[in-house]
Amino acid sequence: MKIKDLIEKYNFEVVNEGDFDREIAGVYCCDLLSWVMGRAPADSAWLTVMGNMNAVAVAVLADIAVIILAESAAVDEAAIAKAAQQDVNILKTSKPAFEAAALIHEMIT
Amino acid sequence: MSVLQLHYDVPGDDFTRAGEASSAIKNKLKQMGIAPDAIRNVAIATYEGEINMVIHANGGTIDVTIDADSVSLVLRDTGAGIPDVELAMREGYTTAKEEIRALGFGAGMGLPNMKKYTDEFELKSEVGKGTEVRMKVFLKK
Repeated sequence: MKIKDLIEKYNFEVVNEGDFDREIAGVYCCDLLSWVMGRAPADSAWLTVMGNMNAVAVAVLADIAVIILAESAAVDEAAIAKAAQQDVNILKTSKPAFEAAALIHEMIT
Repeated sequence: MSVLQLHYDVPGDDFTRAGEASSAIKNKLKQMGIAPDAIRNVAIATYEGEINMVIHANGGTIDVTIDADSVSLVLRDTGAGIPDVELAMREGYTTAKEEIRALGFGAGMGLPNMKKYTDEFELKSEVGKGTEVRMKVFLKK
């Protein structure tokens, strides 16, 4: 499933578009950055409430397909600027992390 | 393939720039056509090291040597050093302050991740002098 399919189906808000044709291979929920770094599989959709620059850096370095901010968590301007510069996909949803992850899981399996 | 050496300075106490060296290294490896798995391993190891240097050591340096068989990483700082390396290597152990943890760091996974994602890992630390981490990721033929 591509990121754009997810946006279409569930109306996730676009925070930054890097490449919405990218495939989502899995889904991962966590807010501790080193935990995500060490455990999230490559090409995951990552559900978090951590909307800062460091989350963007983790997404880049750990090959995360898309950051999805759960429960409409705030994302700071610096993070958006960095995401734009590094083509990192960021979406936002009012749904809690588990609910959003369950929907994505259903779509990819 | 000839040997390529890269050097990066990691500024201390600047979370906005943490990850720049790791991103630069990742891009360089991509340009060289190195396998994505190996690149990801190097990126994770260097980012964790970079963050550690920013949080604990007021910055440091990263030296990268790329040859036909491997990517070697040497991370050096002149920070406070690690009194108990065995404890520091334990998953979940952290000395990061609350404000650092609020940023999403301090899960106590930095050093364990560096070891997990590299094929060779060696840490030398002296209290009051600093820390040196040597890591190697082999490139599969």
